[in-house]
Amino acid sequence: MSEPAYDPAAPLTSSGNLRRRQLFSRLAEYGATAAAVLAVAVLAIVIYTVVTRGASALDLDFLVKAAPAGIGPELAGTAVIVAIATAIAMPVGVLIALFLTEYAGRRATRLIQLTLDLMNGLPSIIIGLFVFGLLVDQRKQSGFAASVALAIIEVPLIARGSQEVLQLVPGNLREAADALGVSRWRAVLGIVLPSALGGIVTATVLSVARAAGETAPLIFATSVFDPSRYSLNPFEALPNVPVRVFQLSEEANPSGFAEAWGLSFVLVSLILFASLGARALLARSKRKMAS
Amino acid sequence: MSATATSPTLDATRAAHARSARRRKRVDRIGDGALYGLCLLAALLAIATIVLIGYQVVQGASPAISKFGLGFLTDTTWQPNFGEFGAGSLIFGTAVSSFVALFLGAPIAISIGLYLSLLAPSGVRGVVAPLVEMLAAIPSVILGFWGVLVLAPFVQGTLEPWLHDTLGFIPIFGAPETTGASIFTASLILTIMVVPIIASVSRDLFSAVPHDVQDGARALGATRWEVIRGVVLPSTASGVVAASLLGLGRALGEAIAVAQVVGAGSEIQASLFRTGDTLAARIANQFPGALTEMHKASLFYLGVILLVIGLASNLVAQWIGRRFGYGGGAMR
Repeated sequence: MSEPAYDPAAPLTSSGNLRRRQLFSRLAEYGATAAAVLAVAVLAIVIYTVVTRGASALDLDFLVKAAPAGIGPELAGTAVIVAIATAIAMPVGVLIALFLTEYAGRRATRLIQLTLDLMNGLPSIIIGLFVFGLLVDQRKQSGFAASVALAIIEVPLIARGSQEVLQLVPGNLREAADALGVSRWRAVLGIVLPSALGGIVTATVLSVARAAGETAPLIFATSVFDPSRYSLNPFEALPNVPVRVFQLSEEANPSGFAEAWGLSFVLVSLILFASLGARALLARSKRKMAS
Repeated sequence: MSATATSPTLDATRAAHARSARRRKRVDRIGDGALYGLCLLAALLAIATIVLIGYQVVQGASPAISKFGLGFLTDTTWQPNFGEFGAGSLIFGTAVSSFVALFLGAPIAISIGLYLSLLAPSGVRGVVAPLVEMLAAIPSVILGFWGVLVLAPFVQGTLEPWLHDTLGFIPIFGAPETTGASIFTASLILTIMVVPIIASVSRDLFSAVPHDVQDGARALGATRWEVIRGVVLPSTASGVVAASLLGLGRALGEAIAVAQVVGAGSEIQASLFRTGDTLAARIANQFPGALTEMHKASLFYLGVILLVIGLASNLVAQWIGRRFGYGGGAMR
């Protein structure tokens, strides 16, 4: 086992190896730090560009007026599309999360979680093709089709986020309800859901932030629109921010670029604001429930 | 309960109680059933959606599938005007751009994961971690737009000439094009998208490595790097691979940002600095203007390929995760 030449009484002398090892370790640490700095720098550059080029175009008229002068219809259209999508996705997502935490056995849980993961990993352009085949082909484009596509994107996010907080609801709350003879559905609706509400809202806001910037499915569902006219009817093609940015970026037109920067600025600030706020809220409600 | 004679009023209240308890029981039975039914319905809806998506995409592609068969996968001609379609060059472009993105992004992302979980002081961590996640929150269309107007000129004017001059003897670093739209630019944009995904998953993995094992290695005289190399990375290797596969899946399926910067070329070229196209980007670029049924069906066929690749990479990531003890799926 032990080396024959080992002499416990020998003085500990440096082989000179340690310095090299420590240097290497130091370099590796610097490397990892540099990677983090790089990522933050890229974020800063992107945001800086969007802010400096977008903010100059921004004033109230730009936000409210229609096409050549402003981006009002796109903002309104995106709001309608995302609102309908969330109205579809939130109940479905929360119910799936409830099914997973309250009812499903082991097998069913695995199957449904796999489904949610696959749904989440699905390229959004595939969802676009799906919605095109289901709702647009042989008919016409509509904001509603776009909402369905975004709902498919939102459901796994809401379900997973809600499931996480539902699992954090202390088991003794459920046990107390059982001991008092409260039926399952009353316990779920009256105790479990309300105590997880903060987390569910957070998950929903995060999913909205994700859906609002999603472009690929909207190209199929609502891309032929008139940006100079307000439209709120979800059964016709609605002007919307992402597709408009995409279209403007494909044309080599400086005034179009200015408009696209303005749109990007508004969209990015809404999304970042929402996701930062939601994250802060989530951290707080998780702390509250864990304590 | 009690053996003494009961007064009529007590009897009445007792009867009322029994009645209300019965009613409550009935309501509860309905309520329990309804809630369970609704939850089950929602879960089934999710499963049905996945199945329906697969069906619908294959259905849309069926004319092209029956006309071109599997030869579609290797055929590199794409001429809508002549009704000739093949996905060869697109599969090539997708593979190249995604792998370059992963090649650049995975080491960076894993380093970020290491930094955030093991090295950063907790104050810095609390700031940097959300910032890295914010990178994932930027919509792809805006990243692509930024890519067109800011990144592409820089890549074309500075980065590509430099790489070409220093490493030009390797064929992948060919002469730059005039516009800055290239597979390489697309790869850089994809790198930006892939990094936060891999970084956040690997950060969670590294934070879950038990501290006593790391402390043991430190106590034996290992340097910080040796702890990472000898303890942290080996025990999380499978999870890191799964995370990278998730990132790869994201890169393969990204349509919009790639469509904006890749330049819609349709030849297979060795140089990264030439234009190319990917499966998803081709669908996004051409679908709105597709006139013939066969053109549409061919684009759906591209979708089928994309769906198969995407599902496969996702399932393999899941399988690795389950098989080797890391249970998280698509953590985003």
